[in-house]
Amino acid sequence: MADEPLLRVEDLQKSFGGVAAVDGVSMEVERGEVHAVIGPNGAGKTTLISLLAGELRPDRGRMLFGGRDIARRPAHARARLGFARSFQITSVVPGMRVLDNVMLAVLARDGRSFRFWRPARNDPALIGPAEAALERVGLAGVAGERAGAVSHGEHRQLELAMTLAAEPELLLLDEPMAGMSADESRRMTGILEGLKGEKTMLLVEHDMDVVFALADRISVLVGGRIAASGAPEAVRADEAVRRAYLGDEAA
Amino acid sequence: MNRTVGWLLLAALAAGPPLALAAGQPFYVDILTRLVCLAAAATSLNLILGHGGMISFGHAAYIGIGAYAVGIPAYYEIYDGWLHILLAVAFSALFALATGAIALRTRGVYFIMITMAFAQMVFFAVVSIEEYGGDDGLVIDIRSEFPLIDLEDGLTLYYACFAVLLGTLYLVHRVARSRFGMVIEGAKGNERRMAALGFAFYRHRLAAYTLAGALCGLSGAMLGNFTNFISPEMMDWTRSGELIFMVVLGGTGALFGPLMGAAAFLLLEELLSGWTIYWQLPFGLLLILVVLFARGGLAGLLEGRRG
Ligand SMILES: Nc1ncnc2c1ncn2[C@@H]1O[C@H](COP(=O)(O)OP(=O)(O)OP(=O)(O)O)[C@@H](O)[C@H]1O
Ligand SMILES: [Mg+2]
Repeated sequence: MADEPLLRVEDLQKSFGGVAAVDGVSMEVERGEVHAVIGPNGAGKTTLISLLAGELRPDRGRMLFGGRDIARRPAHARARLGFARSFQITSVVPGMRVLDNVMLAVLARDGRSFRFWRPARNDPALIGPAEAALERVGLAGVAGERAGAVSHGEHRQLELAMTLAAEPELLLLDEPMAGMSADESRRMTGILEGLKGEKTMLLVEHDMDVVFALADRISVLVGGRIAASGAPEAVRADEAVRRAYLGDEAA
Repeated sequence: MNRTVGWLLLAALAAGPPLALAAGQPFYVDILTRLVCLAAAATSLNLILGHGGMISFGHAAYIGIGAYAVGIPAYYEIYDGWLHILLAVAFSALFALATGAIALRTRGVYFIMITMAFAQMVFFAVVSIEEYGGDDGLVIDIRSEFPLIDLEDGLTLYYACFAVLLGTLYLVHRVARSRFGMVIEGAKGNERRMAALGFAFYRHRLAAYTLAGALCGLSGAMLGNFTNFISPEMMDWTRSGELIFMVVLGGTGALFGPLMGAAAFLLLEELLSGWTIYWQLPFGLLLILVVLFARGGLAGLLEGRRG
């Protein structure tokens, strides 16, 4: 069991009306590694994350988490096993405060949500970890704002704070820097670097600087298939990858 | 501001009836009793509609179930008040649990339609039972009997209903702020995120739906006692619509919103029905205005918020 990877995917397949978005993907994510998935627009990266998170049902294939088959478990059950995903397009509860959103993540982790009487919003068991997560991503200053009212960059940070507050074993991060300014993106990269070694991450990202700064392993997804997979240097050097995806960016 | 107005309203409701009697206007005690019962029912609806985003169009069914839980035993000359309340709450909770289990698997307009359909089933079931008056309804000759208090006395009945309103307000207030309340509020705002966080919120919703039904059943039992006459008409779908109207007009999710909405509703009904037989038409227009320009309802306007 010791050398069983945290996540193993075998021959995963998902089509939308005849178009295969994920087409026979097999991959592994080792405990503690940052495994980046890169690929052009429409390559199936988000679909892959949604399959792993349990939001979409695969047409075929196996998904093993710590050796356990999870293919039939719904999203909420996988979250409780230790998955946490962030969304490419920000997905928070807009009407609640920033702090409330993170408190919900803490509550999900804590599990004791059938409590009807004591006020949750001054429950130290929820506030403490939530504030710590906000501090970590640099959002403590807007904790009291409505989540729907903060800036785009802050939304992205909130996404990450919620993902962290859930204290997952495996983070599924779908373009955490999407739409961020260079500054915000640098800061986010720093945060993720700080998590390296502590958390296992499957990171989907377009920004090659970020990917090469963080990843222990890179898989290249093209047209729903893994075109190459390996150490960053090997992938950078791979001729097929350069032609298919990296293009002049890597030149 | 809106809290202040809410407390003032409660203070007026606490002090009003004896003053009305002293002024020789018992008629107002009747109006206020009805107001207090409907406000309690609307407050229970606010738990699921306002806090949980579950737009039930069948909430009046619980008023009916609660009222018949008084009327049917009374028909058999069983007047024990605690038994009536037990039956009202238990049957309402059971009905909510059974129908909610199905309805909560649907979303949006389907949820609205299915909750309405379940309520209409109760409506027609009661209409079809000739024994209990069917369409014509049932007269409650003697009100629920409790030790020490006598509901035959109008003022006592009023304060009993008022106590139910206070209890309902307090309960909804506590539940909405609890961990449980946070989950249903989160699920109202973003189901996908809540599932990704690990919440199986269907169960929370079902629990909230059941609790709201049970609470409304209690206010129905009080309303039945008050009117002395119960009929299927109490749970007609238009009655459910009126409860939604009160919640939306008052301000969804605001503690005192449904109370304000119920007060405004009865006031308007009183004024407009004296003026035109088409008194429901201005109601409709008002609702459209509220939805378009004042999403926070009366409570929101008092907060200076247009939402
Ligand atoms: N729900 C859906 N219904 C139909 N087609 C879909 C759906 N989701 C994704 N697709 C299609 O599947 C393919 C893969 O989409 P996906 O969003 O996974 O790509 P991606 O790699 O995340 O792209 P991007 O870099 O733009 O985020 C695309 O052709 C897309 O149009
Ligand atoms: Mg994507």
